[in-house]
Amino acid sequence: MTDTTAVSTANAAPNNQAPVGPWREFWAYFSENKGAVAGLGFFVVLVVVALLADFIAPHDPIEQYREHFLVPPVWVDGGSWDFLLGTDAVGRDILSRLMFGARYSLFIGCIVVSGAAVVGIAIGLFAGYLGGWVDTVAMRVMDILLSYPPLLLALVFVAILGPGLENAIVAIAVIQLPHYVRLTRASVMSERNRDYVTSARVAGAGTLRLVTVTILPNCMAPIIVQAALSFSTAILDAAALGFLGMGAQPPLPEWGTMLAEAREFILRAWWVVTFPGVAILVTVLAINLMGDGLRDALDPKLKRS
Amino acid sequence: MNAQTPLLSGNDLTRHYDITGKRFGEKLSVKALQGVSFQLDKGETLAVVGESGCGKSTLARLITMIESPTAGSFRIGETVVDRDTGKPGKELRAAVQIVFQDPYSSLNPRQKVGTILAEPLLINHPEISRADREKKARDMLALVGLRPEHYDRYPHMFSGGQRQRIAVARALMMNPKVLVLDEPVSALDLSVQAQILNLLVDLQDEFGLAYLFISHDLSVVRHMADRVMVMYLGRPVEYGERDEIFNNPKHPYTKALLSATPVADPEHTKQRLKLEGELPSPINPPAGCAFHPRCPVAIDRCAKERPDLEAVAGRDVSCWRAGESV
Repeated sequence: MTDTTAVSTANAAPNNQAPVGPWREFWAYFSENKGAVAGLGFFVVLVVVALLADFIAPHDPIEQYREHFLVPPVWVDGGSWDFLLGTDAVGRDILSRLMFGARYSLFIGCIVVSGAAVVGIAIGLFAGYLGGWVDTVAMRVMDILLSYPPLLLALVFVAILGPGLENAIVAIAVIQLPHYVRLTRASVMSERNRDYVTSARVAGAGTLRLVTVTILPNCMAPIIVQAALSFSTAILDAAALGFLGMGAQPPLPEWGTMLAEAREFILRAWWVVTFPGVAILVTVLAINLMGDGLRDALDPKLKRS
Repeated sequence: MNAQTPLLSGNDLTRHYDITGKRFGEKLSVKALQGVSFQLDKGETLAVVGESGCGKSTLARLITMIESPTAGSFRIGETVVDRDTGKPGKELRAAVQIVFQDPYSSLNPRQKVGTILAEPLLINHPEISRADREKKARDMLALVGLRPEHYDRYPHMFSGGQRQRIAVARALMMNPKVLVLDEPVSALDLSVQAQILNLLVDLQDEFGLAYLFISHDLSVVRHMADRVMVMYLGRPVEYGERDEIFNNPKHPYTKALLSATPVADPEHTKQRLKLEGELPSPINPPAGCAFHPRCPVAIDRCAKERPDLEAVAGRDVSCWRAGESV
C-alpha cells in the first residue's frame, strides 16, 4: 500500500534493505509541500521568540513610557529606534508586547488542543467502540454543543465562569471538544470491525487494550491534523474573546486584548491595531499551512505509490 | 483424547441476527446458521464448503467465541460452550485461534511483526519475561518460514503470502488445539497458495492441530480435508469423508458445486449442472428444503417438508431423493 522507499531516498533501496523509519517517510511527504515547510519555519521562529522573550524583547511589556505615547514605527516620520514598531496609547512598546503575547497565544493553543484532544479522543473511542446508549448519549451532547455558534457558546461559558484567561481556555476547549469526539468516533467505527481488531480479541485482549493499543494508533492521522488546525482556531477564539473583553484582561499583552485596547485609535494611530492583527493573521496562516502539509503527509489516500 | 470425546464438536449450532425491517420497525431475523453439528479430532481437517452467505464465516465466529450461539452448543475437549456460558475463560479462548482470509487487513498496520506475535503472550501470560516472549516469537517466525530480520518490520513491507505466514504464526503463539482457517488462501496467488497450504500441512503434522478449514475452492479442499461439510443457507446438506463426497456426491447441490470446479484437462468434456437463480434470502428461507427452488431434481415433497441429515451411502445427506440414483 505504501511504498516507503520510492520517495524518501534518491537511491531507491532494494527490498531487503533496512526499512525507512516512519519519521523519514513523514518528512519526505511533508517537505514536498513548500507552504507547509514555510509555515513550520515561521512556527518554530515564533516558539523561539516566545521562549526567549525575556532576553530579546527590547522593553518590559507593561512598562509605560509616559513621554512616548503613540510613537509611530521607526520607518515613519517621528518614529524612534527605541520603539521599532511604535508604542501604544499608554506608551508601551508594541514589539515587546507582541513578543510576550506570543507566549500567551502558544500557551492557549497548547492547553486548549491537548485538553480538548485528550477528553475528546477518550469520549470518541468509547462511543465508537461500545456503540449503543453510550454512543447515543455522547453524540447527542456533542450535537447540542455543535448547534450553538461557537463564539457565542464560549461567551456564555466565560460569562458563567467569569472573565479571564484560564476560563477562556476552558470555554474554548469545550467548544472544540465535539470535533475531536466526532472524528475519533468515525475512525473507530471504521476500524473496529477490521480483522486485526477481531484477531486481537480472539487473542484475549480486553476492551481497554483493544481501544487504546489496537485501534487508537490507527486513528491518529486525522486527529493530529485536526489538532494542528484547531490550534489556530484556539488562538483566534482566544483573541476574539480578548477583544470582547471576556478573555485575557489588561495589562496582559495578549494579542486580542491589545486589539481591543487599540480600537479607539484605529484612525489616529494605525500601527497600534495593525501589528497585533498582523501577528494573529500570520500565526494562524502559518499553522493552517502546516496543518495542510500534515494532512497530506499523514493521509494514506493522498500518497502516491 | 479417546474416540468418545472429540477435540471439538458442534451440537445443533444456531445463530440468528436480529435486524429491524424497513417498514414499521418490524422485527426480522437473519438465519445465518441453523442447526449445525460436526466433530473434529486431533490432527484432523474438517472442510466447510458453500457459496457466499451460506454461514461458513458465522460458524467460524461462533467457534472462535467472537460471538455466542443463539441456540445449540459446542464443546472443546470437556468444556461446553453455549449462550449461557458467559464470557469464556482465557484457557478456552487460547485453545481456538483463527487465521483470516485477507492478510492485508488482519495484521495491525501500526505494530511491528515482533509486537504482533508477542501480543497474545503479553495478554494471556504477563508473567513471561520480555526476553522469553521475544525468543518464542522469533522461534515461531522461523517455524513459519520467515527470516529473523523480519522481526522488526511492519506488515506493509511484506507480500501477501508472507503476511499470511505471520497471521498463522500469531495464531500458533498460544499453542491452540484448534485452528479455524477462514478461507486462508483465497486472497493469495496460486503459487503462494500452494506454499501456505504446505506450511499448514506441515504444522498440522508437527503439532497435531485440528483444522476447521473454511473454503469455497474445492480443489484446495480436496487437497487438505479429511472430512467435508457442504453448507447451503445456514444448514449442512452433506457431511462425510472427503473421498466419498468428491467421488460420489449425493446431494444435488454438492453435485452442482463439484461440476462447477474447473478441471485442468482439455480432453475433459464435462456436463455442467447449472444452478438457476440466486441464493434465497436467509431472512425468509424457502419452506421445506431450502434448496428446492434451484434444485434440478426437486419433487413436490421438497417444497413442503424439510429433509434432515440422514446416513446414505456412508455419509449424511439431507435430501429426499438421496437414496435414488438421480
